[in-house]
Amino acid sequence: MNELLNIILRAIFTENLALAYLLGMCTFLAVSQRVQTAIGLGIAVIFVQTITVPLNQLVFNFLLAPGALSWAGLGHLDLGYMRFIVFIGIIAAFIQVLEQVLDRYFPDLHHALGIYLPLLTVNCAILGASLFMVQRDFGFAQSLAFGFGSGAGWALAIIMFAAIRERLRCCDVPRGLEGHGVAFVVMGILAIGFLGLRGVAF
Amino acid sequence: MTKGKPGGNNLLDPITASNPVTVHVLGLCSALAVSISVVPALIMSAAVIGVLVFSNVLVSLLRHAMPHSIRLVIEVTLIATAVAVVDEVLKAFAPDVSEVLSVFVGLIITNCIVLARVENFAMHNGPWASFLDAVGNGLGYSWVLILVAALRELLGTGTLLYQPVPGLQPSSGWFQPSEFMQLTPSAFFLMALIIWLLNRVPGRHPEESPTRNQDDRQGDA
Repeated sequence: MNELLNIILRAIFTENLALAYLLGMCTFLAVSQRVQTAIGLGIAVIFVQTITVPLNQLVFNFLLAPGALSWAGLGHLDLGYMRFIVFIGIIAAFIQVLEQVLDRYFPDLHHALGIYLPLLTVNCAILGASLFMVQRDFGFAQSLAFGFGSGAGWALAIIMFAAIRERLRCCDVPRGLEGHGVAFVVMGILAIGFLGLRGVAF
Repeated sequence: MTKGKPGGNNLLDPITASNPVTVHVLGLCSALAVSISVVPALIMSAAVIGVLVFSNVLVSLLRHAMPHSIRLVIEVTLIATAVAVVDEVLKAFAPDVSEVLSVFVGLIITNCIVLARVENFAMHNGPWASFLDAVGNGLGYSWVLILVAALRELLGTGTLLYQPVPGLQPSSGWFQPSEFMQLTPSAFFLMALIIWLLNRVPGRHPEESPTRNQDDRQGDA
């Protein structure tokens, strides 16, 4: 149990996907003008991460990993190189299905998250988490924890960033640094803050 | 969106005036994450240019054969194929670098530059124009990445291409490499500086820099 908690804490704070690995930056910069939208996107990311990372873990371990196909008498195959195509396909398909399910059964939620869901297909944080899962050899429960933690960490980062950006709008920024320039400075300072959390563990 | 222009512009524009990284702020994840030192940055640049050229030219050749409704699926599959090939090549010929780049080679799939060029340019232009556009965007991405990496390596460890630079070593007496430059936040600050400098170049108006309509562009990507 402690191990799982540790994975969650590390994914949220010390190994934050956005601020330590710089993943999902395009979406991070583009959809952080308002806190309200940042919260919507954050929830969507948590949701998608928590499901796609364990899903990809299952697919990888039972279909793609070296020797995974031994139940079919194909134990000599190593389909690991297929993981890029398979993962991105699974993520895209899952998001598509999720959109339709939400539209049918939870129209309010779909209305709130609707525009962000398709964006997540090309968000490197989502694919990145699945690739890290393979690299770190996570089991099913671990990848569930990691998926949730990394999603939550990303959401936390974008919500904080959006809140600061809202305040920045009425600040006097040096000429030429408006917009993206100052956004990078803010992200740098946030990243320094997260560096201070190194070593947080149970 | 973008219409084909005479060859030269397709190649040169993305390097300066419409640079994908500094102007459109695309493809940042990898541009910042692999910028700790120059060698991985060079390899990453080569990988991105390779993937861009492959997918841009192929999509441009196939653009009339693709049904509109499933074009995104086809494009992403083509890009993922190119990335898988690049990853295998790296593992075979440069295992150390492949180790350093870890998941970031795979993340070229979701590098917004690639999908943005394929979707906005290659879908509307011929193979030769798409080839130039891919090379131009790849170079535009590369110079920013390599510049950031060179600064971080020089100031962070006093080396360049892993070779010690005389005068920047602790033994030289006046310069102490700063470990901070090797940490993630320095990449953000350097990007901010580069964007700031480019915004101050005469002839570019910061008012027109793309702070608005970002959400639209993200939709395209």
